[in-house]
Amino acid sequence: MARRRFIEAVHDALVEEMERDPKVVIYGEDVELSIMGDMRGLHDRFGHDRIRNSPICEATLTGMAVGLASAGYRPVLHMMFSNFIYTGMDAIANQMAKLRLMTGGQLELPITIIAGYGGGSANAAQHSDSSYPVLMNLGGINVLTPSAAADAKGLLKTAIRGRNPSFFLEPSGRGGDMGEIPDGDHLVPLGKASVLRDGEDVTVVAIGRMVKPALASADVLAERGITAEVIDPRTLVPFDEEAVLESVAKTGHLVVVDEARECCGAASQIAAMVAEKGFGLLRGPVRRVTTPNVAMPYAPNAEAHVIPGEPRITAAALALTGHRVRT
Amino acid sequence: MDTTEISLQDHPAQPGQQPSQPELLRLYERMLLIRRTEERLSADGAAGKLPGAVHLYIGEEAVAVGVSAHLSDRDYATSTHRGHGHYLAKGGDLNAMMAEIWGKREGICKGMGGSMHVADVSKGILGANGIVGAGFAIATGAAYGAKLDGDGKVAVCFFGDGASNQGVLMETLNVSTLWQLPVIFVCENNMFSEFTPSREVTAGRIADRARAFGMPAQEVDGNDVVDVWLAAREAVQRGRAGGGPSFIEARTYRIHGHFEAESFILAGNRYREDAEIDQWRARDPLDRARERLISCGVGAAALDDLDTRVLEQVGAAAAYAEAGQPADPELAATLMFAGQEA
Repeated sequence: MARRRFIEAVHDALVEEMERDPKVVIYGEDVELSIMGDMRGLHDRFGHDRIRNSPICEATLTGMAVGLASAGYRPVLHMMFSNFIYTGMDAIANQMAKLRLMTGGQLELPITIIAGYGGGSANAAQHSDSSYPVLMNLGGINVLTPSAAADAKGLLKTAIRGRNPSFFLEPSGRGGDMGEIPDGDHLVPLGKASVLRDGEDVTVVAIGRMVKPALASADVLAERGITAEVIDPRTLVPFDEEAVLESVAKTGHLVVVDEARECCGAASQIAAMVAEKGFGLLRGPVRRVTTPNVAMPYAPNAEAHVIPGEPRITAAALALTGHRVRT
Repeated sequence: MDTTEISLQDHPAQPGQQPSQPELLRLYERMLLIRRTEERLSADGAAGKLPGAVHLYIGEEAVAVGVSAHLSDRDYATSTHRGHGHYLAKGGDLNAMMAEIWGKREGICKGMGGSMHVADVSKGILGANGIVGAGFAIATGAAYGAKLDGDGKVAVCFFGDGASNQGVLMETLNVSTLWQLPVIFVCENNMFSEFTPSREVTAGRIADRARAFGMPAQEVDGNDVVDVWLAAREAVQRGRAGGGPSFIEARTYRIHGHFEAESFILAGNRYREDAEIDQWRARDPLDRARERLISCGVGAAALDDLDTRVLEQVGAAAAYAEAGQPADPELAATLMFAGQEA
């Protein structure tokens, strides 16, 4: 085991996969300098053909990934902030998500797109979206939202080696979080959730950046005699339905914590899935704890007010299980 | 519109470098194949036999054929919603394309793509595309791959005057010039942006947009397959030799409508005059290639025989498509993702 920061885990995954396969090529805005820190040193190590600064032109960068993958490469495109995905959306929504189907399976597009997401850093609305719901709705895109360093490394390596377009979304403000990373060729499969804490009373599914406040909430709930089972799905597409349903079968209650806005968010999808497939397991309504349908405000106190935090998660869990609270 | 105003100021014609007679015959045969195929599609569409819209390339065949004559299966091409010509010019299988347009299991895309999305990746045909301008970045990315491979491959991006107003053209002109990518931008200026005359929506000369980046650009007579062939040869040679991107604007004309059933939605409204269409019919690229062949000694009877053979080929392809199996409705669910690895 090695103790590494989240961004170091991303860096290590990139180094290992670039060493493993000469077809892995990185490009994007400022990747040589790596303002996010996750690609620092790669340019010196792998040279200009393998990692290259691009102009600021997202519509072209995403489309080039389709062409480069069609030509037999494994492009890794860093888009900095997930809001910038919107500028590059045609090639994402109309091309990479659809071309495998549209060509009758002729094309495989092993594309990895990295972007940071979420608020909490006073970056204001155009740099703070949690953009995964729009990606989930496209159908042909893997959506990876690791919260821990080890998962970041293992999922990124799996994505780069894979055969499909994948978005690897880095939680804003969590790049410095430390974690233990298994030695060797550490791979994490897509579609396998991680149960971070066992519990009997309520299932808390927390996505990406929301894992940290969910675990804090579990601590608070434990003080009140309520044990929360905290699940990190790790990937939203594919999604580990079984893990969530199994947990709900045990607890009978579900809270989904999602930093994306409420309307049609990941939490909505998970709630609908459990309502359809696990209605009989539920002993109360599913609670979504999300950012409301607002753009992220700039001022830190206003930002903290809308992003789900421990108190709102705790309140949702208490509302479901409150009758069993020992006072 | 003044149909005679075709600027050939950058015309590269250099005597002695013309295509040989056998090459010209090959070009003519391929144009004929596209023309007869699309005439059949037009008829089958009008008869209600085709499930979706078809956008025909009739009148523009010289562009796809003149460019693709210089390409091999290893080279890449991106196409447009008007893509049958590019597919056939680059060697795509006729039967499989026809079956695709009919929505059949035997289709090149198993009935999942249709007319607007014919693709044969094994031939480097990265696909017709329903999004106007989508090919710019895909071709540029493929050219990046070709440059990294370092083995002389090129990528061709076919697009229309309509697509030239998409901002991503500027982006790809910039990055392909900076990175000296072996991409050839081929603008098929067919005078229409769907239902709007190009002059109403397009400022300046399209080729000048490439010149602004220092990219070599030529404007050619897109209804003269030899003119296109000459310009494309220069551009492809430049790309293969590591000389970076090129731009060709081929002035041509869309004889048919934006799509075949447009008269139903136009409801009697017009966006062009019959006289204009007739003027361009008089400049038909197939007629002009045929005249060239006859003037260099090929007999009219031989060319008529060729036409008969092509018509038989097209008839057989249509029969193949009509007799095909319906597409597998369960296929979509299995095609979104290739097998996931752990």
